[in-house]
Amino acid sequence: MEIIATRPESLTQTPFTYCPGCLHGVAHRLIAEAIDEHGLINKMAGVAPVGCSVFAYKFFNMDMAEAAHGRAPAVATGIKRARPDMHVFTYQGDGDLAAIGTAEIVHAANRGEHISVFFVNNAIYGMTGGQMAPTTLPDMKTTTSPYGRNTDDIGFPIRVCELLATLIAPYYIERVSLLSPADILKAKKAVNKAIQYNKEGRGFTFVEFISTCPTNWGMDPIKSRDWAKENMLPFFKTGCYRDKGKGVE
Amino acid sequence: MAKILMKGNEAVAEAAIRSGCRLYFAYPITPQSELIEYMARMMPKVDGTFIQAESEIAAINMVYGAAGCGKRVMTSSSSPGISLKMEGISYIAGAELPCVIINVQRGGPGLGDIQPAQGDYFQATKGGGHGDYRLIVLAPSSVQEFADMAADAFDLADKYRNPVMILADGMLGQMMEPVEFRPAKSDEEVAEMWKQHKSWCINPNEDGDKKHHHEINSLEIDPLVLEKHVNNLSKKYAEIKKNEIRYEKYELSDDNEILCVAWGTASRVVKSAINELKKEGKSIGLVRPINVWPFPYDEIAKAIGPKVKKIYVFELNTGQMVDDVKIAAAGKVPVEFWGKVGGVVFTPAEIKEKLEAALKE
Repeated sequence: MEIIATRPESLTQTPFTYCPGCLHGVAHRLIAEAIDEHGLINKMAGVAPVGCSVFAYKFFNMDMAEAAHGRAPAVATGIKRARPDMHVFTYQGDGDLAAIGTAEIVHAANRGEHISVFFVNNAIYGMTGGQMAPTTLPDMKTTTSPYGRNTDDIGFPIRVCELLATLIAPYYIERVSLLSPADILKAKKAVNKAIQYNKEGRGFTFVEFISTCPTNWGMDPIKSRDWAKENMLPFFKTGCYRDKGKGVE
Repeated sequence: MAKILMKGNEAVAEAAIRSGCRLYFAYPITPQSELIEYMARMMPKVDGTFIQAESEIAAINMVYGAAGCGKRVMTSSSSPGISLKMEGISYIAGAELPCVIINVQRGGPGLGDIQPAQGDYFQATKGGGHGDYRLIVLAPSSVQEFADMAADAFDLADKYRNPVMILADGMLGQMMEPVEFRPAKSDEEVAEMWKQHKSWCINPNEDGDKKHHHEINSLEIDPLVLEKHVNNLSKKYAEIKKNEIRYEKYELSDDNEILCVAWGTASRVVKSAINELKKEGKSIGLVRPINVWPFPYDEIAKAIGPKVKKIYVFELNTGQMVDDVKIAAAGKVPVEFWGKVGGVVFTPAEIKEKLEAALKE
């Protein structure tokens, strides 16, 4: 019997703790497949965040560190500097990376730290029950913006790829979406490129995934993807913001 | 090896490098800036890593990552910066990682000032960060001891897989004194240390073991699992309490009328006052805790001589270690406290005056 699809070796057998319809599992799989495909499973270390993906350290089948909220890029820096022979990635959500960890991501990117950062943006805090994120859209209702995000009061969502693309050092920055099978295939290419550049020691690589939160958005998975296509993609434009390997500056 | 005249900040940095520290992450703050500057100069010369982090928080989290790889790693700061590191210190203690943290204390609270103070005793010895953990805390009283403690701190951190803090102050950081360094680890020894793969840490899976999966982590969502973890930490702390009490006895005798307890810079001033009074025929002893956690409770109790009518505690704060001394004294004799704050250091004459008044009581 020919095996045509199997669990990536870079994922453990631990069952995911994610809600039905959540796209974290897809993002995990893309990263794990890329690590497998580049033969890095035995030389990779990952850093998990605080948030829904807090247990990512149990899901990736390699040495993992669980970081304090927002500090994953600093922890990854410490690992990479202590073990330059290893490859290091972080996996972070929007509250973790774009609110409490803004300083850490900006400065790790600015140092051109040789790590890959995978950033899942679903415009909400999932783990704590649906509070406003730094990427929550204008007028979007959350448990801490019950009347809708008031941009006069709390400002606009942060576009992290565009922000990081103002820095000189980052090697690769791309925003992709996980909202359709075609988008997932594109996302796979971006993840593969980030891991490939990481393997080659090119520098700082960053992939943002536009994702959903059916549970806290109060929608079924299909509807949440349609909502994200209609509302998130116009604000968070997918595309490559930096690829020094391809001359995209 | 000949003695070298050095500032405490530079001496401890040099001693750390000699102990095999090759990773240092920190953020500038007075009065410890010579330490970060020394590391910036010297780390590249020994193929080490120096990063001036974007914040104290980032620096301690870089330490967390590097310590998770089992390598000798250090950070340093002064009081306000140490407060920022407290989150990371709690995680490092929870994940049982070895590292060295230096606090060159200054006046507080808040931004305070940049003069020597001992206001961080509670923070260092009673927690500071959240949760039920302990730091091993070493409190030097000279530049020589400050330097020696770098080596001791790394050994203790490795032995117990626990963060170790050296609790110095602006006086010790800024003051120049002659230092004799212990022999430096050779390049070969450091290379050997670097190659060691500890079983618990992040390292490459060189033999392709399918079950190779090390987690550097302080999260245990199951209360019964966390309970076990915290109880295990507590057992480790009990072991440290058993093995790592260190203190200095100074002029202790059965003739002591007063027993002084002081630590760090404050103890030097108290010693001068004791010497002056000795010339006048007065017998006063001193116990100086060298490790302030674990604290020498029993040793202080044993030092209370038959004629001691009072224990006098002197600190550069409003009274912090004095609480531990009261526990040690257990009501056997009264415990009095006097201190100076705001970065103002008391003089031998002031201490002598306080002791003379107590002798007359």
